Amino acid sequence: MLGSDAILRCLELEGVEVCFGIPGGAILPTYDAIARGTTVRHVLARHEQGAGHMAEGYARASGRVGVAIATSGPGATNLVTPIADAWMDSTPLVCITGQVRSSLIGTDAFQEIDATGITMPIVKHSWLVQDVEELPRVMKAAFHVAQTGRKGPVLVDVAKDVQEAEFDFVYPDHVDLPGWKPPHKVHPRQLQEAARAIVEAQRPIVYAGGGVLNADACDELLELVDSAQLPAVVTLMGKGCLPDSHPRNYGAPGMHGSKFANWALNKSDLVIAVGARFDDRVTGKVSAFAPGAKVIHFDIDAAEVGKIRHAEIPVVGPLKLGLAQLAGEVRAAAADGAPDRSAWLRQLEDWREQFPFRYDKGDGALKPQVVIEALRDLAARRDEDVIWTTGVGQHQMWAMQYIQCEQPRTFITSGGLGTMGYGIPAAIGAKAARPDATVVCIDGDGCFQMTCQELATAALERLPIVAVIINNGWLGMVRQWQELFYDERFAQTHLTHAVPNYAQLAEAYGCAGFTVETEDELEPALTAAFAAGRSAVVDVRCDAEEKCFPMIPAGAAAVDVIEAPGGEVVSV
Amino acid sequence: MTTHTISVRLENKPGALARVSQLFSRRGYNIQSLAVGPTERPDISRLTLRVDCSENSLEQIEKQMHKLVNVLRVTELSADESIERELALITVAVAADKRPELVALSQVAGARVADIGRDSITFELVGRPDQVEAFEELVRPYGVRELVRTGRVGLRRPSAAGRAGTPAVQV
Repeated sequence: MLGSDAILRCLELEGVEVCFGIPGGAILPTYDAIARGTTVRHVLARHEQGAGHMAEGYARASGRVGVAIATSGPGATNLVTPIADAWMDSTPLVCITGQVRSSLIGTDAFQEIDATGITMPIVKHSWLVQDVEELPRVMKAAFHVAQTGRKGPVLVDVAKDVQEAEFDFVYPDHVDLPGWKPPHKVHPRQLQEAARAIVEAQRPIVYAGGGVLNADACDELLELVDSAQLPAVVTLMGKGCLPDSHPRNYGAPGMHGSKFANWALNKSDLVIAVGARFDDRVTGKVSAFAPGAKVIHFDIDAAEVGKIRHAEIPVVGPLKLGLAQLAGEVRAAAADGAPDRSAWLRQLEDWREQFPFRYDKGDGALKPQVVIEALRDLAARRDEDVIWTTGVGQHQMWAMQYIQCEQPRTFITSGGLGTMGYGIPAAIGAKAARPDATVVCIDGDGCFQMTCQELATAALERLPIVAVIINNGWLGMVRQWQELFYDERFAQTHLTHAVPNYAQLAEAYGCAGFTVETEDELEPALTAAFAAGRSAVVDVRCDAEEKCFPMIPAGAAAVDVIEAPGGEVVSV
Repeated sequence: MTTHTISVRLENKPGALARVSQLFSRRGYNIQSLAVGPTERPDISRLTLRVDCSENSLEQIEKQMHKLVNVLRVTELSADESIERELALITVAVAADKRPELVALSQVAGARVADIGRDSITFELVGRPDQVEAFEELVRPYGVRELVRTGRVGLRRPSAAGRAGTPAVQV
């Protein structure tokens, strides 16, 4: 068998159904193998960055490994952003890149780049394959590393001559990685300690993050939250791991999280962090974060525990197993009676009522929040699942605030890296994973323009998505910072509402295009877009001056929230 | 901030050393010295790193290194439970009439003459890092032309196995 065919057999044996990529010189033999036949569907992207984000969207929507394929040199460098994105958000990704022939490696050959070197700080591991006999073992290891322990990206860089070489293909049935030993169980004493702390706490709060989704531990989390009557906050990356309608889900904390979620953390006496990593966008000033609380930090990655905030009770291990055991321990520990926490729960409810997300609808330009609320209500009336993706910026934060997610893996966003342009390709990848669902990308006009060429992919690969552009004509979040922190010097943030004409652009890409300028036009356009039967872009011209609140300024304490358009800081 | 010695057993694979060293630069840890070489097994190398950091950062370093696929084992070598040695080559300027004095001095310090030139001598010294430093100070007045140190290598003392505290005999 040829090395190129072996790559596809490996993908098939790993159960890969879809991969995303673009051919080029050094990966041509592998595309020739695709031409010879494979059960793996190849989705042809228009840019390698798009292919990478599609693979990410696929992975996040399905829980499986995303696969992206690119050529050497610029193909590989274009994959760097999605690899970094997957690294920051722990998205399992196997990236396969072509490399120049072994004899040319190190000579600055045409389209040669040190792909494993460039990506070294942002992959779990990478391999440069220069011997075809190594290929099956490397592919097996790549899939294993990507999806065990804390999930994340790996890179397999395959020299062109390896793809062309003939050998006897045997796929190994186990991996030989003596240095890769992710934890597979949780220390029982740590669990008992955690359970005791939970039972004894007066003001506990669960702080759940993306790790819960990655670990497929949503049912176990719900079981814990319900059996111990715990309130919870859920981060941007964790959105959907606990139903947004759950009575004790207080939503997202952090820079643009609700005041009640931030206060819940701040006033608690026990933070139960589950698959969350105390990101600076959540904690604000670390020394002022939950100052009176003990911390239980539950994570698959030991290096996250104690990295930012000391954990009195570290619990390292797989969440699915560990959370189920913890719920049992909590029930056992609570047998002697749990403290009365009704005052705490009532307090949280009071805060929720007192400080809801709010905005002034005004009577001028359409407010972005109106658009997102309309989308939320439209989605709630539909029978099929709706999966949301976003870009990065104001629209993303409004989506976090207003969209209701009842199911895991229905909110797909770029959290850690904050990659503008993530939304459209991630939506296409999600659609490939979940053809039964309606996939809606809530995007900004700035983000949209970074990857909108992938609309061609959506149209031609028959992966219809709905893109709703919160078009304020600006790099809105940057503008907001300029307004609040740079004395309204709006340097280089004005994009204009009208260039490009997004509806015409959509039509040019074979998608349906809509333009909305007033609230009256909004619902008909969204309804038509959902029913278009092909990809659709809805350009909603929004108020350029609307800012995203509440807001905790960078580096400020989480309780020092700028709550309202007046900009005053309100402390507890 | 204190200085720690970390010993790492590493798969002898292409790029493995680069992965360890990039982790240090990426996470902002400063390496004072790094020595790497083969072990009793040809497929495994051992790295000895000297790092300036707090106890907290040390824990982070160890955890982050454990996540590298090529890293087999990370241990901290505490001063009283490990043997640490370093090799230094030092070329010292010396006029002919001062040679006997310098050679005698080096012998007392445990260094050996590796090469003699017209107006300089190269010494080799293997010893504890503090001995190497002491010798360097000793010959400095003569004029050190060139100096190279391997960086320390270390192993846990077999005599320290299974007990805590300072070994009775410090060699």
